[in-house]
Amino acid sequence: MGALASLLLYSTAHAQHEGHSQMSMDMSQGDKPDGMSMDISQSPPMRSPTEQKISKYAPKMENDFGEPVHDNMLFYFFSGDRLEYRSFDEGEAVLWDFRTWVMSDYNKLYLESEGEWSIDDNAFDKAEGRLLYGHAIAPFWDVRGGVRYDFEPGPERAYAVLGILGLAPQWFEVDANLYLSDEGDVSFRLESEYDILLTQRLILQPRLELEVSAQDVPEYSTYAGFTGVEIELRLRYEISRKFAPYIGISWESALGESANRIESGGGDPATTSFVAGVKFWF
Amino acid sequence: MCLADRINLSHIMKNKTHLSASINRRKFIQQLGAGVFVTSLGGLLPSPSWAGSLGQSLLDLDIRRRYDLNIAYMPFLINGKKERIQATAINGTVPGPLLRLREGDDVQLNVTNSLMDTKHSSIHWHGLLVPPDMDGVPGVSFAGIKPGETFNYRFKLKQSGTYWYHSHSSFQEQTGTYGPLVIEPKEKEPFKYDRDYTVVLSDWTSDGPDAAFRNMTMSDGYYNYQQRTIGDFFNDAGERGLKKTVADRLAWGKMRMSPVDLAGITGADYTYLMNGQAPDENWTAIFNPGETIRLRFIAAGTMSIFDVRIPGLDMQVVMVDGKAVKPVDVHEFRISAAETYDVLVTPNKDQPFTIFAESLDRSGYARGTLSPQVGLSAAVPQLRPRPVRKLDDMGMGMMDDKIFGGGKMDHAAMKNMSGDSMAGMKGSPATTSTAIPAPVGPEPFKPEDKVNTAMIIMNPQDRIAEPGIGLGEDGWKVLTYADLINDSGQPYTPMVDREMTINITANMERSIFSFDGLKYSQQPGPYNFRHNERLRLWLVNHTMMEHPIHLHGMWMQIENGQPHDKIPYKHTILVKPGEKISALITPIEKGDWAFHCHLLYHMDAGMFQVVSVS
Repeated sequence: MGALASLLLYSTAHAQHEGHSQMSMDMSQGDKPDGMSMDISQSPPMRSPTEQKISKYAPKMENDFGEPVHDNMLFYFFSGDRLEYRSFDEGEAVLWDFRTWVMSDYNKLYLESEGEWSIDDNAFDKAEGRLLYGHAIAPFWDVRGGVRYDFEPGPERAYAVLGILGLAPQWFEVDANLYLSDEGDVSFRLESEYDILLTQRLILQPRLELEVSAQDVPEYSTYAGFTGVEIELRLRYEISRKFAPYIGISWESALGESANRIESGGGDPATTSFVAGVKFWF
Repeated sequence: MCLADRINLSHIMKNKTHLSASINRRKFIQQLGAGVFVTSLGGLLPSPSWAGSLGQSLLDLDIRRRYDLNIAYMPFLINGKKERIQATAINGTVPGPLLRLREGDDVQLNVTNSLMDTKHSSIHWHGLLVPPDMDGVPGVSFAGIKPGETFNYRFKLKQSGTYWYHSHSSFQEQTGTYGPLVIEPKEKEPFKYDRDYTVVLSDWTSDGPDAAFRNMTMSDGYYNYQQRTIGDFFNDAGERGLKKTVADRLAWGKMRMSPVDLAGITGADYTYLMNGQAPDENWTAIFNPGETIRLRFIAAGTMSIFDVRIPGLDMQVVMVDGKAVKPVDVHEFRISAAETYDVLVTPNKDQPFTIFAESLDRSGYARGTLSPQVGLSAAVPQLRPRPVRKLDDMGMGMMDDKIFGGGKMDHAAMKNMSGDSMAGMKGSPATTSTAIPAPVGPEPFKPEDKVNTAMIIMNPQDRIAEPGIGLGEDGWKVLTYADLINDSGQPYTPMVDREMTINITANMERSIFSFDGLKYSQQPGPYNFRHNERLRLWLVNHTMMEHPIHLHGMWMQIENGQPHDKIPYKHTILVKPGEKISALITPIEKGDWAFHCHLLYHMDAGMFQVVSVS
């Protein structure tokens, strides 16, 4: 190779080093090892960097061709997380826990309902509805806010709701909400579920529900502190991903002052139920 | 040597109801041309004449300059039974007609959209360098082909090799709008062969693409019936010890990711097809012992990555993505959605051989037979066990507790990063023959959007010489990108003008797939490429899945350790989890070009961008 060519090669190699510090971010400002040999004949050298920095993005396309992909679609779902028959010492009941929603990747609007119908009393023991708006704030978490309305037990009351819904590390599903009632009472509810795969279709699911109240609300037999806990185990068989019958056992108990009151009234604050139901979505 | 010379047609036809036993070859071919083909199962399938259940050698087909393609609904049969979902077939067959063209010709490809209820249809000529308005991407190249209309593609062929074509509209590619495209070269190829078959690998969904997309949005593991169970936990504990097993589960649980989430749609829904035939339908290609057969493998699956081998035969890879490479002898190769591999095989024995295309997650396979006679089949291998991803492979050793699950940047780790990339420059063991060392390396990634990116890989690895998950442990040679040595000439200058990094990102739990943490609809604009510059593009995969990245309108040349004139051409690059890979690109044509993951449901969920060359 001629002298000129060698000179050219040297200068481009030199420019390459300059090119480094201009092109890269902070990384290469640090320790450049000595004797860092680049095999020039193999490596395409960098041309001298141009005066203007080239932007990563060009101006948006201007055409009336429509969109190449539709990555912001709306989806609608209905989920029956629990629909079950419950049998316990004092009687029998039917419980439901439904959620329907419309969603994009970041925003969701939910309509939810849960409650229990007493077969013996032929009346609702509890029934509530919720309307919530959710927004994604982290890879695995949405923050949700809205209203909840309790139809039973009476008297009816409304709440403002603020909570988070998501997947905690180690795969715990978490639904935690703070409620402010129309009387100014504050309460908190935590629900968490975990799936243990016995086989590809047979899944054991422990579930925890915990309720806390900030105030005494005697007309609802609620007293400040932990008011109630539910620990359950459900075993479901996924006939399909969308339809899974299950059986289970549920232990629920009033806590704290609420429990004391029940006991002093001669009752048992805890109830154990056997449950059988179906989990489904579409 | 013609297929018909070897086979007594009346022998094949004697069980069939629609053709008389005394049919002659001319009538037979005419019937084939009509688009239906009677199979050995006695049923009618929408199978093209060049494939059928009995492969027709490509050498028998005419080379043409004009094709008329009509996209319309057709019932689709698998094993003789009609599927619930209709196919969006081209000229009545799945795959569509084989287009045999010649390099240098001006071709006319007229495409009619007869899917009257669609917004549009389209055909993109995958891997072909055509003017931007002929590239067939609705929204980028044109508005799409409206129902009832015909679009006349006109372009000059500037290349030769094995390619394919498919719809770029909605999910039509999933329901059968794809076909093979072969361009015969002006100059003869350096290798000789006696027969020439096209092998299109694809996937067919029984749920249908809209339902499948919805199912995956609701539930990330919807189609995964190979999850880790409590039984796996006890097995692992038995093999590796309780402490290690618990640590492993905790490490993955911290990230809320699964090491067995290998494929978005699996054999639980998919039937894998070879030339449109299900495994039991046994697509067959005839040979005479001692002949050399060219098999042009085309992966037309929308979500599938296949591992291909022919038990009893080795293959010689001679072309990749339509470009010649120095022949490489392998027993197995991985072919991802949109790639093509041309191999030569020389079966010396007078016996059938199974062509086995196993899906990456081992949930199913496509299958055919190379046979000296009609009606024979060889043993079909068992599916291999489901592989499990390892954190070490992705540069996330369990010793290092800096595993990021929330998209946060750790400044201590960033300091480590500069040291690591310097190490890469010297040539770490993974890059044994780094003939073109990476001068700079990918830029560190700081996502703006906290929701879209579930994980950031702090130390992306050079994984080019690795065969890939589930491969390399069987005791036979598997092809890697490091084995590809270009034999197609190098017209571009050995200079690099600038480097650019594109990060492959996702939140699989939310079914959001993106580049640089931004879905297409969130991107500030197209990527900016300068006409005729020489660009080094870094791709860094911050996800747990392989993604085949495809760039329209220009070639990418992977820097795989070869000198500049020997780096291989790819139009589609399969990037492994945690991998960093660089390609040199010279944008030779101004215009807007699509750049996207070729897993259809990822593309539609946001892993799509446009490259603007000006």
